[in-house]
Amino acid sequence: MMDTKNLLEQLLWGGGYLLLAPLAGGLLAGFDRILTARMQSRKGPPVLQPFYDVFKLLEKRGTVVNGFQNFYMICFLIFVMLTGVLFFSGGDLLLTIFALTVAGVFLVLGAYSTNSPYSTIGAERELLQMMAYEPMLLIVAIGMYLVTCSFQVRDIITFSAPIVYSLPAVFIGFIFILTIKFRKSPFDLSSSHHGHQEIVKGISTEFSGPTLALFEIAHWYENILLLGFVYLFFAAFGPVVAVVSSIVAYIIEIFIDNAYARLTWRFTVRASWTVAATFGVVNILVIALLK
Amino acid sequence: MSFLKKSPWILHYDGSSCNGCDIEVLACLTPLYDIERFGIINTGNPKHADVFLITGSVNEQNIPIIKRLYEQMPDPKVVVAVGICATSGGIFQECYNVKGGIDKVIPVDVYVPGCAARPEAIIDGVVQGLGVLEKKYAALKNKPSKTAA
Repeated sequence: MMDTKNLLEQLLWGGGYLLLAPLAGGLLAGFDRILTARMQSRKGPPVLQPFYDVFKLLEKRGTVVNGFQNFYMICFLIFVMLTGVLFFSGGDLLLTIFALTVAGVFLVLGAYSTNSPYSTIGAERELLQMMAYEPMLLIVAIGMYLVTCSFQVRDIITFSAPIVYSLPAVFIGFIFILTIKFRKSPFDLSSSHHGHQEIVKGISTEFSGPTLALFEIAHWYENILLLGFVYLFFAAFGPVVAVVSSIVAYIIEIFIDNAYARLTWRFTVRASWTVAATFGVVNILVIALLK
Repeated sequence: MSFLKKSPWILHYDGSSCNGCDIEVLACLTPLYDIERFGIINTGNPKHADVFLITGSVNEQNIPIIKRLYEQMPDPKVVVAVGICATSGGIFQECYNVKGGIDKVIPVDVYVPGCAARPEAIIDGVVQGLGVLEKKYAALKNKPSKTAA
């Protein structure tokens, strides 16, 4: 049963995500670039640089190879936004994961539609990445269900005990696949982090101008959504600790990004499935048996 | 004011040169010069680029490549010729296979002479290019769009 107060709260959270996630995501990206520069003993760009980049891309004339590519990119953005709204309004965790997968499929279709060899390699690698991270993402949802007896984010977030105590290994596995989702080294296979590398940005090679801006904005939305997952693990400690934990998780990802070179897709799939099978499944078995 | 000035993405292409200017361009990315401070990114993708930075002269074989790279860059865009070879052909000018400077093939907006051009000069050239970029953007805004989105 859902009363009006609940509905209003959901609308507020969903709307808040739609408005504030790009701001937070852009700032996070700027922070990321400065921290990365400092790790390489450089000064780095201003913290607002990602916003300058996106506004500049919106000012450029776009070149379109195939009329469908913009359509797919808009679908990608809409589905990422929808996923975030589902999550932040306290909806179903499983539905969130499936909607995120649909968003990913639209991105792959967009890259395929351009027929460029770089985009095609990027799209194929993106599919392999999805294959690599999807099991672990499902294990996160299953683990949270086993602990809290609900797939609803609003029940998980109000659960009395910290979930990370019951699912420590699942959390480690999630941090592992987070590297893939954030498109960070060593798993930035589908869109090489720098444009002058072997696949010339791969999945986003053929997107230019405003369409590329949509891609960046969608990535900001996605990052905030993923940090929301980290938040769930620490929700019972209170919002301050949980937000700090999410930021620490992101800093760890930046460190990993700077410390590793890109690995092959074979290693990526093998490693992430091994992590899912050991850390994820063992943790879940222990929880299920102890119940 | 547009945001083009705050985030110029560079496409770097090396024609037929001794690689001297090439190395100086890459030196701009190192911690000493760190052009990312100005939001400048070295992208290898013409479709993402705003500034086309060319070192070395044009020879008969790279004419179509330079033309194609230039055409693939979305408007507004500027071309910066770095080094004396890119400006006029330099000491390779008389070679049987060399056509001359970059302006023999595509319109060049800023010339950065030097052999090899120093990183400070290259950064200065790009900054001057940004002024041209701004003007081109203003001109483009007044023109109707060629490609319907």
